[in-house]
Amino acid sequence: MRGIWAIAKKEFWGFFNSLIAYFFAIIFLGAVNILFIFMVLIPNGQLNLTPYFDFLLYGMWFIIPAVTMRSWAEERKLGTDELLLTLPVKDWEVVLGKYLAGVAFFGLILVLSFAVPLSTALLGNQSWAVVLCGYLGLLLVSAAFIAIGQTMSAFTRSQTIAFVLSLVLCLFFLGLNNLGGLIALPKGLSFFINYLDIGYHFDSIARGVIDSRDLIYYLSLICFFLILNKYWLDRRKWA
Amino acid sequence: MIEVEGLTKKFGHIIAVDDISFKVEKGEVVGFLGPNGAGKTTTMRVLTCFLPADSGQCRIAGYDILTQSVEVRREIGYLPEDTPLYQDMSVEGFLKYVAEIRGFKRDEQKKRIDKMIDTCGLESVVKMDISELSKGFRQRVGLAQAMIHDPQILIMDEPTSGLDPNQIIEIRTLIKKIGKEKTVILSTHILPEAEATCGRVIIIDKGKLIADGSLDKVKALSAGENIHRIKIRGDRSAIENQLKSLPGARDFKMISEENGLFGYEIYAEPDRDLGEEIFRTSARNGFILSELYRERRTLEDVFTKLTAVEA
Repeated sequence: MRGIWAIAKKEFWGFFNSLIAYFFAIIFLGAVNILFIFMVLIPNGQLNLTPYFDFLLYGMWFIIPAVTMRSWAEERKLGTDELLLTLPVKDWEVVLGKYLAGVAFFGLILVLSFAVPLSTALLGNQSWAVVLCGYLGLLLVSAAFIAIGQTMSAFTRSQTIAFVLSLVLCLFFLGLNNLGGLIALPKGLSFFINYLDIGYHFDSIARGVIDSRDLIYYLSLICFFLILNKYWLDRRKWA
Repeated sequence: MIEVEGLTKKFGHIIAVDDISFKVEKGEVVGFLGPNGAGKTTTMRVLTCFLPADSGQCRIAGYDILTQSVEVRREIGYLPEDTPLYQDMSVEGFLKYVAEIRGFKRDEQKKRIDKMIDTCGLESVVKMDISELSKGFRQRVGLAQAMIHDPQILIMDEPTSGLDPNQIIEIRTLIKKIGKEKTVILSTHILPEAEATCGRVIIIDKGKLIADGSLDKVKALSAGENIHRIKIRGDRSAIENQLKSLPGARDFKMISEENGLFGYEIYAEPDRDLGEEIFRTSARNGFILSELYRERRTLEDVFTKLTAVEA
């Protein structure tokens, strides 16, 4: 456990050691806020935070792969994975430590993005329940994306490839719903595809319906990718 | 301390390590010697639980490397090849990180880091980022990292590669100092390095162990004999008569003659030092011995000879 904590701490502060953290936080929050203000708030003149959550969601699709691409790819490139994995910690502890750092870091960005709901609350009546549900949904989606991004990063030494791989995979989970709509599919299959879609579960949580099925969905997605990450580390042992 | 039995590791069709067995006792400094690609790094990676062996058994400090790998890693300090370090951490931050993962409490961490800074001479760079350090300092940070938990066993993969001569001497001195208390395995393809630091060498070539023993023993293994070169003045036939009956000498050959000063090569039986005997004999017979030295085979000779046999 102490190993997980040490690794999570180091990885978390590692985001700030390079300028990457500030850069991504500014780009992400800046872009999302500007888009929201100029495309929704001003033209519509009414308070509806749903588009804000959508912007955050699609912003995450882009920014999380950029944040997680370093995770393993850099270790492998510098050879520090040999250092890390020969310390007395279990592989899964390392995976979990890195993962928790990613979630904490992105959680912090989400906290910063909370400035918008806070300021719109000054403008008028705001349903905090909807806001909090929206944030819960965002946190779950980001947790899933981070698991995906971190695992893709373990597949390669190149951060660029890691970035593209996770971008594609996150898009896949985001767009499954639409993808399923394009082709005629048997009903059972299209339900299954709907079920795999991240947006589908996000929408239901954002609407204020916290269903255990949605929570289980996110949890299993996260577990699946983290376990894949762990087994991918073991793969060095079969090669 | 370290027991390796029948260790084999393949990468696809390539056999990187082929049925290697050896034992290292507590307090030994063992040099792993071999040309590039001989299987040194792979062997070390197996011992440090980074890679598992395909077959064979390894026990370190009594723990099995497969089933008790975390315990094994606790006992080992490891300096991987090319000293990988986190470039964007400070020296202090990095050492603290390693100490924390190794499970030391806060005040204990502080004590250990201070000790390592002292042992490895890192005072001047403690607050600097690792990316700003020279290669020599990086190597020392790597060593500090490997020794922070005061391990019984230290495994170092090419600890002096890429350093300048002064840095090499510094690191070797450090290794010698460490070697007094700990079991050390270090790999190198530079022979004088093994000669300078190790009491024992294991020579690996193409994944196979081809020699194992003390420096002198391995050298003798290749030479089969010691060569003594002498320059001696006196009656030639009397000298040669005496040399013929010299105990421990197998053969001799005259190699030079200058104004009555004869140069001889005397071939001794394995593990025999004839120096004293030669001196006494010449004194007894009134010869004038003006030069006497034993030619020690350098590891280079041994290495070339042993690996050439394999080729």
